[in-house]
Amino acid sequence: MISVLAVEIPYWGQSLLRVLGGLVAVLLPAGAIVYLFLFKMMSFMQSRLGPMEAGPYGSMQLLAEVGKWLQKEDISPDNVDKTVFKLAPVVVLLSTFLLIVVVPFGPEAVFADLDAGVFYFLAVGSVSVLGILMAGWASANKYSLLGGLRAAGQLIAYELPMVLATLGVVIQAESMNLNRIVEVQNTEAIFGFEWLGNPFVITQFLGFLIFMIAVQAELTQPPFDMPIAESELVSGYMTEYSGFRFLMFFIAEFATAGVFAFIAATLFLGGWGVPFEWFGWDNLDDVSWWMNIVGPLILFTKMLALVFVIMWVRFTYPRFREDQLQTFAWKFLIPLSLANIAVTAILKVAV
Amino acid sequence: MRRGIGAAEFGRDFTSPGIFGARMSDFLRDYLNVVWFAVAALAIGGLLLGLAAAIRPSFPSAEKNIAYESGVDPVGMGWSQSQIRYYVFALLFVIFDVEAVFLFPWAANIERYGTFGLVVMLIFIVLLLDGLVYAWKRGLLRWV
Repeated sequence: MISVLAVEIPYWGQSLLRVLGGLVAVLLPAGAIVYLFLFKMMSFMQSRLGPMEAGPYGSMQLLAEVGKWLQKEDISPDNVDKTVFKLAPVVVLLSTFLLIVVVPFGPEAVFADLDAGVFYFLAVGSVSVLGILMAGWASANKYSLLGGLRAAGQLIAYELPMVLATLGVVIQAESMNLNRIVEVQNTEAIFGFEWLGNPFVITQFLGFLIFMIAVQAELTQPPFDMPIAESELVSGYMTEYSGFRFLMFFIAEFATAGVFAFIAATLFLGGWGVPFEWFGWDNLDDVSWWMNIVGPLILFTKMLALVFVIMWVRFTYPRFREDQLQTFAWKFLIPLSLANIAVTAILKVAV
Repeated sequence: MRRGIGAAEFGRDFTSPGIFGARMSDFLRDYLNVVWFAVAALAIGGLLLGLAAAIRPSFPSAEKNIAYESGVDPVGMGWSQSQIRYYVFALLFVIFDVEAVFLFPWAANIERYGTFGLVVMLIFIVLLLDGLVYAWKRGLLRWV
């Protein structure tokens, strides 16, 4: 994009543009997800209208909510470990911002073109649980402590299926660079059938399912919401939080849902490209410059579709018990994903 | 030397001397972007919390500052002793995660290593599965 504009932008200007773009890429999906899915879709699924007062169809509700939370008193109880308690929401938000860096939005519209992109997002995705554990421990509250420990246990169980499901994609694409993975999906063929490209959601369908289940668990969305199970732990690790710090946890939760959906769309649905043969490009140099503008919109659409599924599952299924949750990961998902890797590798080398 | 898509093919030109000079490689530039994003996240968080601190009221009282345990006065310390049930899972996780790291470099070069690499790595995956089956048979995967 920078070369297209034919203007020499100094490095600090480029960095500022990137950071502003990253801000939009984190907050816009979060707002869209909260309004479209959490306010409206959830209401329709439960036969009610949802917010209708603020603006047409309640579309200004988000602004009203932020205004409300800004005015709320921020209580930090006497017993809490003040520094850690106040730092925890920022750490969770930090994890979201570090995740968005790796997502490619177009042939040149990338925040950071990391060769070990897959490694990077798997590593950084776990930072949010550090924040959750900090919140749970520092709150000096039994509910919070249990919630934080449960969140850590859940991450441990579902990180492995996610890593192993991603491995199937890396085997097929032969690269850990996310933009290269997008390129492969849009230009290669499924066993010689070229018309659709090779979106890995078809050839790695099992991997896609495992990945989405693991994402659901890492986001602690129901049915995997044992860490914040409100009927037994009040609000889990968030129990002692109020005011804007609580809102930061809330924003980070849905922003991370958006970012993980971006990553899932990049890994499995062809990323910013539309994988059809008649677009006729063979490598990234063929792609027209305007894909840097259209690409983000395409990726945004795919993200919304994936978050729709995540939310649909969230509003539909009852909560897993803790032992069921662990058993499901260790005795079902991990053997399944190892088998998936073996079959993928054999087919990749043999065909 | 970057394989596949490099920054040069992308048309991104970092030759203009920035604040860190022109000698920094593209590799480090990309990781420097990560640092800027971290700084931005901290700045946004600090800004919003500062704004909230400027606006919100603050009326602390002794009752309000007690830990919330469903309205009952808290018993003992908040940091009560609790059994961390999943420490065996945590150990297993470390082993599996490190072994998954070994799988990635092979996966990224799978055609280059060909059949030999495939057979070797399949043996490796079977060993991984074997470890899981061992833990399973020992009853370590049971949530007690």
